[in-house]
Parts: sequence; C-alpha cells; structure tokens
Amino acid sequence: MIEVKDVYFTYPNNVEALKGVSLNIRKGDFVAIMGQNGAGKTTLVKHFNGLLKPTKGTVTVNGVDTREESVAKLSRGIGFVFQNPDNQLFCETVEEEVAFALRNFGFEDKIIQKRVEWAINLLGLAKHRQSSPFMLSGGERKRVALASVLAWNPDVVILDEPTIGQDYQQKEKLRQFIVQLNAQGKTVVVVTHDVEFVAECNPRVVLMAQGEIVVDGDAKHVLTNAKLVTEASIVPPQISQIFMGLTDLGLPFDIIDVYEARDILLDFLGGDL
Amino acid sequence: MDDILCESRTVNKTLAIINTSGLIYTYPGGREPSLVDVSLTIEKGDYVILTGPSGCGKTTLCRCLNGLIPHFYSGKLEGEIKVASLTVSEHSIYELAKHVGLVFQNPENQLFALSVEKDVAFGLENLGVPREDMRARVDWALQMTGIYDLRERAPHELSGGQQQRVAIACVLAMKPDIMVLDEPTSFLDPLGAQKIFEVIGDLNKKLGITVILVEHRLDLASKYANHVIVMDEGKVVLDGKPLDVFDSESARLIGVGIPKATRLYQALRQSGVYLNRVPVNSQEATLLLQEVLTRDRG
Amino acid sequence: MSVFEGFRFRRVLSPIHQLDPRVKFLYVCAVFGIAVMFNQLLPLILLFLIQLPFVLAAGVQKEWIRSMKGASFLALMIFLFNFLFTYFYREYPIFPPSSSLLEYSLAMTLRFIVLVESFSIFFLTTSPDRLGLALEQSHVPYEFCFAFTTAVRFVPVLAEEAQTIMDAQKARGLELERGNFIKRIRNYIPILIPLIVSAIRRSLELAEAMESRAWGATNKRTNLYVLKIERGDYILAVISVGMLILAVYIWLFMREQIPSLIPLITAQNV
Repeated sequence: MIEVKDVYFTYPNNVEALKGVSLNIRKGDFVAIMGQNGAGKTTLVKHFNGLLKPTKGTVTVNGVDTREESVAKLSRGIGFVFQNPDNQLFCETVEEEVAFALRNFGFEDKIIQKRVEWAINLLGLAKHRQSSPFMLSGGERKRVALASVLAWNPDVVILDEPTIGQDYQQKEKLRQFIVQLNAQGKTVVVVTHDVEFVAECNPRVVLMAQGEIVVDGDAKHVLTNAKLVTEASIVPPQISQIFMGLTDLGLPFDIIDVYEARDILLDFLGGDL
Repeated sequence: MDDILCESRTVNKTLAIINTSGLIYTYPGGREPSLVDVSLTIEKGDYVILTGPSGCGKTTLCRCLNGLIPHFYSGKLEGEIKVASLTVSEHSIYELAKHVGLVFQNPENQLFALSVEKDVAFGLENLGVPREDMRARVDWALQMTGIYDLRERAPHELSGGQQQRVAIACVLAMKPDIMVLDEPTSFLDPLGAQKIFEVIGDLNKKLGITVILVEHRLDLASKYANHVIVMDEGKVVLDGKPLDVFDSESARLIGVGIPKATRLYQALRQSGVYLNRVPVNSQEATLLLQEVLTRDRG
Repeated sequence: MSVFEGFRFRRVLSPIHQLDPRVKFLYVCAVFGIAVMFNQLLPLILLFLIQLPFVLAAGVQKEWIRSMKGASFLALMIFLFNFLFTYFYREYPIFPPSSSLLEYSLAMTLRFIVLVESFSIFFLTTSPDRLGLALEQSHVPYEFCFAFTTAVRFVPVLAEEAQTIMDAQKARGLELERGNFIKRIRNYIPILIPLIVSAIRRSLELAEAMESRAWGATNKRTNLYVLKIERGDYILAVISVGMLILAVYIWLFMREQIPSLIPLITAQNV
C-alpha cells in the first residue's frame, strides 16, 4: 500500500532528517512509529501524503510515485491528523469544519451531508455540531480534527502524536477508537513517543533514531529489547522494566501487559506451591 | 471524597507554606465555578503531584497560587488562600513572584528573549536586582538546571526539553520558596521528561524548594513525590500519600492514570497474592516481587 | 521558509560585530548625510568604496552581496526614472542625451546603493539583542524595546507555524493555487484564521509568563548586559565625524571644483 524505498530527506536548512529509510505498510496494518523528538518520525509520515518529497529514493502509494501526484490527490486515500488541532480548525461550526475537506474533494452536497452526519456521530460530537470549534475543550477539538479527516473515509489514517496533552481517560478512549478503526480494516499509522500507550495497543512498532529505522517488529519484542530501546532513547514500559529486574528468577522479560504479567507471576507462584 | 485519606494526613499548621480554605473561583463570564470549595495544606519542602482529568481545575488552582488569579484574570474569588504567609488577594503578582515561581506547559511561549541568559535574567531585571548579583544568580540558576553551556544560545534553537529547563532556570533565578509546574513535560518525549523530573527532584531535595507538579504521566513522576492531590470537577477528591491515593478505588474511577506498577499490585491482590507494600514505580515493584517470589520459593 | 532566513541574525564574532550599535548608527547617519549632500558621481563612488573594508572585516560578504542583489532591481528603476524624467522634462529638446545627464542619473542610483549598503552593514552586523539593548540605553521606553526583541524572537516561530498550518490544510485537500484571483485569496482564509487565533493565544500565554516573572515590579529596571564604549567605538566615531566634517568642508568651499567623471574618461580616451 505504502512503499518507502531507501529514502533520504534533507530540509532546506541542511538538516538531514532521513538517511536511507525503507518501509512497507500493507493494507490493514496498525503501525506505531516511535522514537525521540527529532528522530525523523514526522518527516517520514509527511512523505506518505506527499507533503514532503524525498531528496533521494522513492515513496509509492498504491503504485503511484508521490512525486507525480498532488498532496490533495494523495490525501484522498491518506488522511493525516496533525498533532495540534488548533493548526487546522477555522470554521464557525463543527459541521462546517467536518465538511471542509469533503467540499475540497468535490463531493456532492447530499453525500457531504451524510458523511458529516456519520463522522460527527462516530466521534460523539452530536451535541456540539453547531458549536464553534474554538469554544470546545482540548479533547473535543482533537475529536473534531479527527472527524474532519475520517469524514472522507480515507484508506489510511495517520495520527501525529495523538496522545500529547491528553489525560488518561482521553487517551484510553482514543486507544479504543483507534483499535476499532483498525479492526474495521483501516490502515492506521500512529506517530508517538508514548510507550505506555503503544504497550496497550500492541501494534507493529517501527523504532527510529537519528533519521534511520532501528528496528521494525511487534510491540512486545521491540519495547522489551533493552538494547534497541536505549539506542532509540526511549524508556521501556513500566511492566517490562519490572520484569527486566526479575530475569534471574527465570521469568521471561518480554512482558508489557499488566494482566499477562499477573498470570505469569501467578503461574510461577502456583507452580512452586 | 475519601475521608480516611484526608484525615490520615496529619496537618502541622506551623510548617504549612500553602494553605487554602473554602476556595471558590469563577472565571469572568463563566457560568459555573472552576474551583469548588478547595481546602488544602501543603507543607514546606513537600513534593506534590497534582493530577486529575482535563478541565478539573488544576491549572486554575496553579494560577491562584501566584496571584494570576485574581489579579490578572479578575473573576470572582471567594475563600482564603495564603502562600508563604502572604494573602494572595492582598499582594501583587510581582510580590508573590519572589516566593512562587510558575512554569507553564508550553516552553515556547514563556521564553521571550533572544538569548538563554537574558531570559533567565528577565525576572531579576524586573525586580531591579543590581548587575553583579544578577550575574551570580543567573549563573547559579543555569548550573542548577544543567544548561550553563547553552547560556548564549537563542531559545528557539533548543529542543523542547532544553527550553523547559531554561523556563525552570528563569523562575529559579528569582529564588522562590515554591515552584509550581503546570504539565511541564506534556510536549516532551520520555527521555526529555525524565530529565526534567530529575532537575525538579534535585531542586526539591537539595534546595528544599516546595514543588507542586501538575502531571498526567504518573508512571514517570511518582517516584519523587511525597504527596498527591487528585482533583475532579473543581474539587479536591483525594489528598494524601502517593501509595494510598494510587491504591484507592476512587482514583481508578476518576480515570487517573495509575502507575502500571500499582495496577499490577492490584491485579495480584485480587488473585490473592499480597506484596508487602504498594509499589508506585517499577524499581519498588521489582524489589517487592523479588521478596515475594523468593520467599515463596524458599 | 527562505524568505524568513534573512531575519535570522547569525552569531559571528568580528571587530565590526563587537562595535556599539549606537556608534554604528552614528556612522550610518554620517554616510546618509554625506550621500544626500552630494549629487556628483565622484564623491559617491568614494563613499561606496570606503565602506567595502567594513563588509570584509565583518565577514558578511555573502549576505551583503545578497542584499545588494535584492536592491539591484530598485536601483535599475531609479536609474531609468531619473534618466527618462530629467531627459523629457528638462533637457528636451536637446539631442542627443548629454553626458551630464547620464552622470546625474548614475549618481542618483549610486546614492541609493550607498544608503542600502550602509544600512545593510548595520543590520547584518548588529544582533537584534544588542540593538534592543542599545535602544534601552538610549532611553527608549522599555515596553518598546521589549516589543522589538519579542517580535524578532517570534518571527521564525510564526513562520514555522504558518508552514504547519499550510501542511494541515493541504492534507485536507485545500489547493492554494486553484481558481481565479479572488478564489486564490479566499484559499488563504483557512490558513490565516488558525494563524491569527494561535497568535492571540500565544500572546495571552506570554503575558501570563511575563506577569509571573515580576513584570512591572519597579521603575528602576536593571539590565544583565551593559554596552560599554570601547577603543574601536571611539575610532569609528572619530572616522564618522571626520568624514562628515570633511564632506561639509568640501561641500561649502570646493563643491564647484568636483570634476565630472564622464568627460574626464572620454577626454583620456581621445
């Protein structure tokens, strides 16, 4: 679906943000791109919808080279939800905001109406439909931004740092929503440095450091690998930290989930009693 | 309200550095009060974590502590609030600034000079501190926060974590008794956040500064704190020692992000395995688990 | 955002950068005064050449050349306008254009170039920081100096934010280059509104941070840095004043003797 081949990217101020990145995202994948701030995560995903074009190498989306297609065309298939909803909200009502992209893409009025309705209900914004997006709380604004992208039903949804500034409950809601989207067959790409969030989602993890991919594998293996995690300067999830200290008792160390941890500990104790 | 928790905390009035009673505040034009009957006591040298869901009034409470409320925001403030033995409503923000330093969430919007040291000096310049004193205090604040080498750089060239340390140095240079930090790490990556927590921990331990840290990421922050306050809908709902608060049932109901170490403890307890204490961070949990696992084995 | 790169002062250490902005400003004023005094080519050429050592000593050749290039189009316009206007309004019907007319137009163009030259030396070698400090120590109200440095500080931040907003709206299918002229202007609304809203939010947060750091506590504000007049500054001040006195002297007593250049050159060639 999205194929990144040996991509290099240098910003106009000569910062080399990507140094030979290759990555393949298949339909229905759930990928978390992780790493420290400045590791090149956002730069990489901005290549997926053509906001950035590789300095060297190629990015193809559904077989089309992103260099030959406008951002608007690519965005039909790839929805990008930016980190800060305030960078995109500008309409007088939530409804207008959600309809904006649909109008840009030239949908018919009837379909626009239907889609807006659907997206607003999907994100539980029905009672705010006539409110000004600026009057809503931070979490609600985030949901409006999300609705305004999901409205045109893109095949791939990219979320840039969705958990920043969100409290625990909001994160939990968001996590359930993302997992549900993915279960319905949508390809989801999440850019984040929130380890605990990823540990609970259990997606495929692409770990980046200094413009390169350090490792690409499932969350359980990547996040519990002390060496890789240090290399990418992230902190392992708390449960795996605990188990890293218990390895000399013969316990496995690749545990990230609380309940899995409990079961293993109970097993261990039960076996001995 | 967990009454037991609140009462278990013995309040020593002589050591109290912050004391509020019956605080009610409504923003200008607001329909409902953002703070509802907030009464709390914070002792000198405490490291307090203030948490709760978005919009619960944490930030509003922070603004009360250095006089932004009521002086900058106006609105309607009732009840009593005393900080460093000053009654907030009777003293100006700049008088309070000498005792209470406030660090904000977004590092970008609280640095306004073109070099780091000039920014750190800003508060002292405003207070009219003589140049020689100022130089010494700026250098000291830069060293305490580990950014002495960056002193001549422009703030916008720095990473978010470095910027936030500059912001801490800025208020530290004014030698406050209390430092209030409003979600200082929410824009930072985990490593940058950890560094900030270490710096804050040092200020508390080495300099005895009373710290009030507003934070969602309890996993990272909890190991330094000795006092946790949870707010919800403008009220204080839990107030006590970290392990008591995290282990209480209401914390989970409000949706506070209880550290995973504590969650594991709770899960084990449900299954009949008891650890000796409530762990609030992974090191503690590892030690406690080792105890139990090896004991049962022996 | 290459347009905004020019606003970013590069921190370079050179004797010229170290000079007190106030003295540099005196120098700029002197050059300005002299350039306005004379409308003959020869003194303006001298004035142009005299400044080149400053550019080299400051090591800002690249930036300087860029700013001169930027001014070249305007310089060309000035030349053409001077030439055509004076030709049609004063010298008509004298044919062909006299050499003095050409020289006059060239002198006017050069005057403009000299002004650009001296101002660009000033701005390329003076950090906004020191400029703010100089304003403060020249008894400009502090609020104004603060507004100045804060504006400089936030230009790159806002530029970056504008870029992000543009990206976000493009990702929602906004095509900035589509439609007729009016439509294209309307296309910028989704970019301007978030930018303005965020600027307002930002300024509120700034105000809060300033208040929290004892803004307005005393009228006797002190300053971490202080500008001291040093040897180099005295030298530049003497040079500037000397140049000005010499120029006034020449203007008063020898103005008529300044040779015009073109007859001089053509005479030699013959």
